[in-house]
Amino acid sequence: MSGTAAIEVRGLKREFRVRQGLFAPPKRVIAVDDVSFAVPAGSVLGVVGESGCGKSTLARLILGLLPPTAGDVLVDGQRLSGMDRRARARLIQPVFQDPFASLNPKRRVRDIVAMPLIAQGNIAGADVDRRVAEALERVGLSKDQGVRFPAQLSGGQRQRVAIARALVLRPRIVVCDEPTSALDVSVQAQILNLLAELRRDLGLTYLFISHNLAVVEHIASEVAVMYLGRIVERAESETLFATPRHPYTKALLASVLTPEPGLGVPDVGLGDAMPDPANIPPGCRFHPRCPVAVAKCSVAAPPTLRDAVGLAECHLVERAA
Amino acid sequence: MSALLEIEGLRVTIGSTAAVRGASLTVNKGETHCLVGESGCGKSITALSVMGLLPKGSRRETTALRFAGQEIGRFGERDMSRLRGDRMAMIFQEPMTSLNPAYTVGSQMTEVLRRHRGTPRAQAVDRAAELLARVGITAPGLRLGQFPHQLSGGLRQRVMIAMALMCDPELLIADEPTTALDVTVQAQILRLLAGLQKDLGLGILLITHDLGIVARVADRVSVMYAGEVVESAPTAALFTAPDHPYTRGLLSCVPVPGKVKRDEPLGSIPGVVPRIQPGFAGCGFRDRCAMATPACAGTIPRRDAGGGHEVLCVLEPRWGGAAAA
Ligand SMILES: Nc1ncnc2c1ncn2[C@@H]1O[C@H](COP(=O)(O)OP(=O)(O)OP(=O)(O)O)[C@@H](O)[C@H]1O
Ligand SMILES: Nc1ncnc2c1ncn2[C@@H]1O[C@H](COP(=O)(O)OP(=O)(O)O)[C@@H](O)[C@H]1O
Ligand code: SF4
Ligand code: SF4
Ligand SMILES: [Mg+2]
Ligand SMILES: [Mg+2]
Repeated sequence: MSGTAAIEVRGLKREFRVRQGLFAPPKRVIAVDDVSFAVPAGSVLGVVGESGCGKSTLARLILGLLPPTAGDVLVDGQRLSGMDRRARARLIQPVFQDPFASLNPKRRVRDIVAMPLIAQGNIAGADVDRRVAEALERVGLSKDQGVRFPAQLSGGQRQRVAIARALVLRPRIVVCDEPTSALDVSVQAQILNLLAELRRDLGLTYLFISHNLAVVEHIASEVAVMYLGRIVERAESETLFATPRHPYTKALLASVLTPEPGLGVPDVGLGDAMPDPANIPPGCRFHPRCPVAVAKCSVAAPPTLRDAVGLAECHLVERAA
Repeated sequence: MSALLEIEGLRVTIGSTAAVRGASLTVNKGETHCLVGESGCGKSITALSVMGLLPKGSRRETTALRFAGQEIGRFGERDMSRLRGDRMAMIFQEPMTSLNPAYTVGSQMTEVLRRHRGTPRAQAVDRAAELLARVGITAPGLRLGQFPHQLSGGLRQRVMIAMALMCDPELLIADEPTTALDVTVQAQILRLLAGLQKDLGLGILLITHDLGIVARVADRVSVMYAGEVVESAPTAALFTAPDHPYTRGLLSCVPVPGKVKRDEPLGSIPGVVPRIQPGFAGCGFRDRCAMATPACAGTIPRRDAGGGHEVLCVLEPRWGGAAAA
């Protein structure tokens, strides 16, 4: 790989201990299980997978909001652990799904956007005002909207506020966790267009999490598919959508209902065994739902295949020539 | 094809919101009619109007509201509750709104049948187990004894569907039944509904904001915006020849793998869905519509584009109708 990756994770793992009943002994939930990858600067890595597969946990680990159980996160070549909070904030910023929950309801928009600047502690008042105005304009909010409270804005406008706040320190990297999932499609399109434009103009790197595969296909240059805490396939976006290799990726893509009449609803063949991160199956963790599983799948974990196409973890995937 | 549910000129006002403003639609026997639109445009309120379950403080008016040929618009609560869960059933986005956390799946499912039909317990249990199997639940006996919180989201939604089918309804209203689910589970549930409809001849009114779902399951589509049905058409016609500026805008916003290149912008509609006050006149889309003219503030004609395709807009239909004749 040429140059320094914007994000690199090595052997990243995060466990939680959860109690499922008052007297039940705590169980280990492995939310992210030994994940390694690198995101080149200026690219967009999309992360997809079903609810509970560990996408948000991965995002929080990369943002330094959650310490890993094992492994390392490097942002712009520097170890995240041990990095000063203010330095980290200048490098990497989040945009979350629910702008309402992530914006302080008692503060005006311009004060919300100013927060990261003020937290730096060394930026003059006039500079703060100028940079806030710049950020608001960048995301398409008016001066007038800057003096409002979050409750006085629509969902799409609130997401613009969250994006302005993420950009005000001019970070290199933005971690977007389901940034459009709470929005109507017409507003989702506005926000996706804005994120794409910002990335181009500012040379940003995104980690873009979504359960909507069509959204990811539209914005990501590379896609990682997560299943029960592991990345089971990774490839360039075009390749992954055109020729998925892992049976789980195939099932996910088959489930996408594009607005094309007459095609009906496909049979994805996954059965009704739902994945449970507190009970990860032995062998290949996907085997209870896999439509093409063979005998060894229930006993032996598939190796991690890294080749010219990308990465895949399945006994049946062969190395690309 | 005979009409099962006919809604004509439905108006619902809730406090200072005109939630539904003269909506009409028909669900035929054995047909899936999709009602599609963004949040707040009046889809759920339309459904709740039919079921007689509107929130307190709502005012409902209709020109006609017929179920299987019978006018039910003036039915009182007693007559409506006799219909609900029996001849017409509804399932919701969040199954926990209709499943009681304090009772087992089995006792809730059998209760419906015992209340409406007086079916003996043992027979009701058999029926419940049979339906759970029918909706693709393995080990139905085990599930009958479980509480709702012990089930995954997908299983709960299947239980809801099975429960709705206990009394062999003729009409099923499903309000965003898969919105909270993963795409994989969504595909399974939608296949299940399609299969049930074919086998049982159900009429389904399926409410969704997802045009992908509409394309794949609907026989007929009504697009709702700001409390009105702005376009209604057979599914193929709506997707191949969308006519209303809102429908066209909505279709251009949806990312479709392989359709719009990365780094090329998606189509989008400026602004947001408005909240309409009672007394509002004219087209509810005119603030956002690139084609708007002063005439759009007046009375908007419902135009016939031919082949059962209707459009609520001052513009002449661009397709079908006169041109095709
Ligand atoms: N603070 C926590 N304590 C205990 N368990 C947790 C915690 N955070 C996450 N988990 C568990 O870790 C697993 C992964 O959760 P995560 O939120 O990362 O999933 P996700 O892929 O983001 O799902 P979704 O699509 O629903 O947002 C889940 O089983 C979740 O319940
Ligand atoms: N219980 C309620 N009280 C007051 N207004 C409501 C209530 N439920 C819905 N509304 C309003 O009615 C309109 C239509 O809502 P709804 O039918 O729920 O939309 P949809 O289902 O299409 O998202 C919206 O403006 C909404 O705010
Ligand atoms: S390793 Fe086996 S069970 Fe796992 S995805 Fe491949 S074929 Fe399916
Ligand atoms: S009536 Fe006017 S504003 Fe409404 S959709 Fe038609 S052209 Fe646009
Ligand atoms: Mg999440
Ligand atoms: Mg609704």
